[in-house]
Amino acid sequence: MSWFRRSRENIAPETQKKEIPEGMWTKCAQCGEMIHKTELEQNSYTCSKCNAHFRIGSKEYIEILLDSNSFNEYDRKLRSTDPLRFTDTKHYRDRIPEAIKKTKLYDAVRWGTGTIDKRPVVFAGMDFSFIGGSMGSVVGEKVGRSIDKSLKSKSSLLVVSSSGGARMMEGALSLMQMAKTSAKLGRLSDARIPFISVLTDPTTGGVTASYAMLGDINIAEPGALIGFAGPRVIKQTIGKDLPPGFQRSEFLLEHGFLDMVVHRKDLRNTISQLLSLLTS
Amino acid sequence: MAQAILDFEKPIIELEQKMEELRRYADNPDIAKELSRIEKQVTQLQQSIYAGLTRWQKVQLARHPDRPYTLDYIGLITKDFVELHGDRTVKDDKAIVGGFAWLDKYSVMIIGHQKGRDTKSNLYRNFGMPNPEGYRKALRLMKLAEKFKRPVITLLDTPGAYPGLEAEERGQAEAIARNLLEMSRLRVPIIVVIIGEGASGGALGIGIGDRILMLESTWYSVISPESCSSILWRSWDFKEQAAEALQLTASDLKKQGIIDVIVPEPIGGAHRNHEEMARILKETLLDELGHLLKIKTEKLIERRVEKFSKMGATSG
Ligand SMILES: [Zn+2]
Repeated sequence: MSWFRRSRENIAPETQKKEIPEGMWTKCAQCGEMIHKTELEQNSYTCSKCNAHFRIGSKEYIEILLDSNSFNEYDRKLRSTDPLRFTDTKHYRDRIPEAIKKTKLYDAVRWGTGTIDKRPVVFAGMDFSFIGGSMGSVVGEKVGRSIDKSLKSKSSLLVVSSSGGARMMEGALSLMQMAKTSAKLGRLSDARIPFISVLTDPTTGGVTASYAMLGDINIAEPGALIGFAGPRVIKQTIGKDLPPGFQRSEFLLEHGFLDMVVHRKDLRNTISQLLSLLTS
Repeated sequence: MAQAILDFEKPIIELEQKMEELRRYADNPDIAKELSRIEKQVTQLQQSIYAGLTRWQKVQLARHPDRPYTLDYIGLITKDFVELHGDRTVKDDKAIVGGFAWLDKYSVMIIGHQKGRDTKSNLYRNFGMPNPEGYRKALRLMKLAEKFKRPVITLLDTPGAYPGLEAEERGQAEAIARNLLEMSRLRVPIIVVIIGEGASGGALGIGIGDRILMLESTWYSVISPESCSSILWRSWDFKEQAAEALQLTASDLKKQGIIDVIVPEPIGGAHRNHEEMARILKETLLDELGHLLKIKTEKLIERRVEKFSKMGATSG
């Protein structure tokens, strides 16, 4: 649950921002290469020199992964009702409209139906830019509904995760979204409908400890931070520096928690192949 | 029992000590009178103090080191407990215990987080903070219960899943996620009881069930008040405000539709009277179990999934 610190302080090496800035040229945060907008798009927002994967959102993943114009969004405007009337240094009821204004999104996930090489899929994609991709009632409900839809339409489920964990401002209700989504995935699993989980940078906390880790196939993008506890908390707890590469995609692959690490440019093809193998 | 005294408990404890002293002279009618006066005073004081506790004070009560822990309850409410060990893969996690036992006429699987009472036992129990193998042991035991058609009771009391290097290497997130999925479709009744601290995913990892019970002076939330303070206020000093904001007490969670039953504690809290607390809990468990065992398996699972599916607060 450390999305907040990470997204604000933005100082530790593991938290380098790689978001796409405005303008025609973008400097790669990893190698310093200047990349033109057109090239960046052609490379699925990765650096052609060092392979750094820029942090992108649901909109870009829809473009990259789904057949063009096939996406049909559901529940776009579903919003949190601020059930606890939560206030810290700010009112949660003010944070939400601010995030909406800043991101032009209504919460940290979008879902809908679409096709990949003409095969129907239910797609849910998270947006880290919306309050750190945190999971509250809206994220849980939308992911839940995407699972319901997948079950009903018997089409495969594809979820692209990016999250700092559960959203503190909805208290235990946020925690229960882990239960909700996992319970529904149990149903999907019983119905033998494929679920492909794609983990992107970063996927931590309650999202990792629920749907993101429960794919029939778990795929991560290279170099993504993936874990339960955030690196800072672990460092504090053990009082030692963390080994290089700790909690990165390649580390998780090595320890047996991912099926593969796939470059973003190959993601669509890989998923398409899997869908063909699993559903033809 | 060791006496750890919280600030707001002090006036009560002082009066009780005074009573203790006076009892030695209870033959004297004047003193007997004084004694009954103080007794009344203590009851009134307790009622007013405990009715007015802040959420942070309830968090402190939930962490009271003299509270009964999982093995205490098992000792007090069950017979012939046979503890089972290990996840059959890596090791035996001491922060989660479990095994078969008799709860009255029912043979049940009972599993819970286990804290220690002193430094040594706390180190042994890792302060009740499980590693992935703890969750995997719990799941193995639940699958055993399913195989032999025994209901499952889980007791939650953890400051969180352990945020360690090896825990991440061995897939803390996957272990918790797997439990959420498997518990949601386990083919026997599950009763969950929050007996102390219900900290986030570390608690929820053994917290999916048909009925969720919460002892009166416990907390359950997405994050501890301290961590919430450090993240949102960027200081450890706002834990009281964080506890208020998180609305993490039993009555809060009942209002939010997350728990089903608040189990009353003896006056002053569970730590003041283990036997009485255990008696109340046992009675409640037997009552709940009686109802759950009448429900057909398919129906039970459908209801369980629906129960968690309904949780949340959205509009539009
Ligand atoms: Zn680069």
